[in-house]
Amino acid sequence: MKKLWVFIKKEAIHIIRDKRTLMVLLIMPLAQILIFGYVITTEINQARIGIFNKANDYAGYQLVNRLAASGYFKIGKMIDNPEEMEASLRKGEVRMVVVIPSEFGKRQAESSGVEVQLVADASEANSAQMLVNYARSIITRFDAENGLSGRASEIPVTIETRMFYNPALKGVFMSVPGIMAMILILISAMMTSISITREKEYGSMEILLVSPLKPWQIIVGKVAPYIILSFINAVTILLVGIFIFKVPMEGSWWWLTIINILYILLSLSLGIFISTVSASQMVAMFISLFALLLPTVLLSGFIYPIENMPVLLRWLSSIMPPRYYIQAVKSIMFKAGSFMSIWKELLIFAAFIVAFMALSIKNFKVRLS
Amino acid sequence: MKDINTSAFAIEVVDLVKKFGNFTANDHLTFNVRRGEIFGFLGANGAGKTTAIKILCGLMAPTSGQVVVAGYNVMTHPELVKQNIGYMSQKFSLYEDLTIFENIRLYGAIYGLTANEIRQRSDTILRKLGLLKDRSRLIKTLSLGWKQKLAFSVAMVHHPKIVFLDEPTSGVDPVTRRQFWELIYEAAADGITIFVTTHYLDEAEYCDRVTVMVDGHIKALDTPAKLKKQFNVDTMNEVFLNLTR
Amino acid sequence: MVTVSGVSKYFGNIKALRRVSFQVEEGELFGVIGPDGAGKSTLFRIILSLLLPDEGEVCLWGKSPVADYKAIRRMVGYMPGKFSLYEDLTVEENLNFFAAVFGTTIKENYHLIKDIYRQIEPFKKRRAGKLSGGMKQKLALSCALIHKPKLLVLDEPTTGVDAVSRSDFWEMLQKLKNAGITVLVSTPYMDEASLCDRVALIQKGHILEISTPDAVTQGFGKQLFGVAGENMYKLLLHCRKFYRVESVYPFGEELHLTFHGGGDWREELIRYLYENGLANVRIRPIKPNIEDRFMSLMSITEKENG
Repeated sequence: MKKLWVFIKKEAIHIIRDKRTLMVLLIMPLAQILIFGYVITTEINQARIGIFNKANDYAGYQLVNRLAASGYFKIGKMIDNPEEMEASLRKGEVRMVVVIPSEFGKRQAESSGVEVQLVADASEANSAQMLVNYARSIITRFDAENGLSGRASEIPVTIETRMFYNPALKGVFMSVPGIMAMILILISAMMTSISITREKEYGSMEILLVSPLKPWQIIVGKVAPYIILSFINAVTILLVGIFIFKVPMEGSWWWLTIINILYILLSLSLGIFISTVSASQMVAMFISLFALLLPTVLLSGFIYPIENMPVLLRWLSSIMPPRYYIQAVKSIMFKAGSFMSIWKELLIFAAFIVAFMALSIKNFKVRLS
Repeated sequence: MKDINTSAFAIEVVDLVKKFGNFTANDHLTFNVRRGEIFGFLGANGAGKTTAIKILCGLMAPTSGQVVVAGYNVMTHPELVKQNIGYMSQKFSLYEDLTIFENIRLYGAIYGLTANEIRQRSDTILRKLGLLKDRSRLIKTLSLGWKQKLAFSVAMVHHPKIVFLDEPTSGVDPVTRRQFWELIYEAAADGITIFVTTHYLDEAEYCDRVTVMVDGHIKALDTPAKLKKQFNVDTMNEVFLNLTR
Repeated sequence: MVTVSGVSKYFGNIKALRRVSFQVEEGELFGVIGPDGAGKSTLFRIILSLLLPDEGEVCLWGKSPVADYKAIRRMVGYMPGKFSLYEDLTVEENLNFFAAVFGTTIKENYHLIKDIYRQIEPFKKRRAGKLSGGMKQKLALSCALIHKPKLLVLDEPTTGVDAVSRSDFWEMLQKLKNAGITVLVSTPYMDEASLCDRVALIQKGHILEISTPDAVTQGFGKQLFGVAGENMYKLLLHCRKFYRVESVYPFGEELHLTFHGGGDWREELIRYLYENGLANVRIRPIKPNIEDRFMSLMSITEKENG
């Protein structure tokens, strides 16, 4: 036991002495979440829109007020004719125009249906899509509150489920679990795989092998400090998310911690596995980056919704551990989920851990080559 | 600036001083290397050898003093110095995953030789080494001895006036090692100056003259025979131990 | 006691070791001498249980590295060719680490490493990466010794180290030997052979000879001459052309030369050289050294193996 403790201590010294890497490891998660939170914000704030109100009735004004009161939009211009609308959009005076049809109030009350037109400047495709989505959801809600119940609105109601649990439509909410999934797997898997292969490269592994240290002691000693480091990262991201970006935390901290620990263990075991198949730090790093980072970002549902993926990619995404992590964390944080809502994910984590560890132990060589 | 043709010296160093902060790596070094001489540059780890060589190769500017290599002042014309020297180290010499000819072509091109010149010189090198049939072999398939001999020839592909060799024969078998020294003798006989740095004293035995650096100073500069006589010992190893202990 | 019998090792098509056999006696300082690529490291790794031999057997005090690698690893100390301590750990931390890993403490075996460690102890708070080559080597040796191994295996410990440190290092090995530790050391430097009790000369995976250093040089069996003159290169080329000369190699300031049949044709040679414009040639009979012997053995095995 003393041997293991000494080994862990030595490993911790490696990490602490390498100030530059340590800073990167500690600051990277913060930088990531701030970038996602502020820069690549998927949130709309006071976007200038135009109103082409053909109705000029009470219901029409009510809708305009509702749009303005949402905080997402700022009514920049009242528009009187289609030419003016086009000109304003082209000049960039407004990013979207809401066209309220004539007799809006009256037709809304009837079952004949009514069409509110949203005309957006699609030169910035993403933000146009976002504006339209936001406006749609406001209009739909307005419609549901004021219109006749039980009748289908002409405005297609295509609110994504994620908006459902994210009523403020704040994008940064979505990125917190995603960033955690990415950072944790990257730090845990990449750093452990690099630190094990480094011993191989420097030749110190030869000495460790001829020592009475058992393979499991070498492995546990190598990964233990990274458990702590990863955990610190998880906590930082969560704190920043909750206190700076006001991400809701509805569920149990207890389950959230368990999810994180299991996910970190999973990432570490993956890192160990990578190290057993790569001969040098360089190889370990490339495997980690290409096998972990890109799939995490692209296939976990973090950035691109899984529902929109082609079948093959959807199938691939189902073997990506980050996907389950993101699901589980969202379930706990946003939906106040209980054990019943995450047991499947936890089980999947456990299965991954067992598989990676078994493969690693099978691959770990007590001799060279 | 002196023209190389009027000077008998390939390297002239007068009062070379190199300081890093308070630390003096080279303390008033003065020595000359004759054209066609095999000159050994010895010293323990940290004696200031590496610094001096970097200065001679134009990679680092001296703090003060005059250093003329191949007829050019290293302070004012480092690029011309680099054009006129070759360098070979035991640690790195040739690209393992390129073929013999590709390596020669690469170094030829680096030194601005034309395609024609490269072809001619590569033929000359390969013929001399008996590797004509092997021009398309990968370097990594060659034995260490062949690599070393080839690396030496490649370091001279641009017909430099001076070749710097860093521990050129450490680790190779004794026969190959002697073949290597024959190549060096031959190059020196052709008027090329050979500057050997090493801490293997048996390599020093092959030099015409050697300097021994200790703590930034030149502690001795003479032929191996005279140095051995001076200390009344049989090997350069003992000379070195006498000087540095 | 270490017994290596008929060990061969192949890496693909490359025969790294070919039926290597030798024995190291208890308390012996045994040197394996050969150039890079001769198979020294492979041989040591097989003895240490880090590699499996393709043929043959190894036995260390009755234990086999193949069947009982755990037992082997408890009784050996190993210093690999590359400096493989942790550069970001201090001298003391490195030593503590290796002591703990081997289940001992610095205190317990301090007497063993005292002489060596005392020289680096003033720098014990310094990171290993900041040490000079010679000090690194002393630290590595201390780390390999800290658990009081029965057998100390050193793979090219003096490569890349300056002459002063090398000579210190061999003195330390001598002391360890006197303390009863069996030492197996490899080196590409032939001049270090004379510092061992016995040596095995190895080339291309073959053992050329196993003997005491004196016996190795005596095995040369011919009169060797040292030839000195003004122009070494010319001298070499002309000596080689002289019909009575069997072998001639540059050897620093002299050429080492033998005549066919081991005879003495000095006067004829001097005359021949004089006729070819080389005056002031001095020839003296000299004793062969390990390198001379190594080269003659190389040419013999080369002939035997075609």
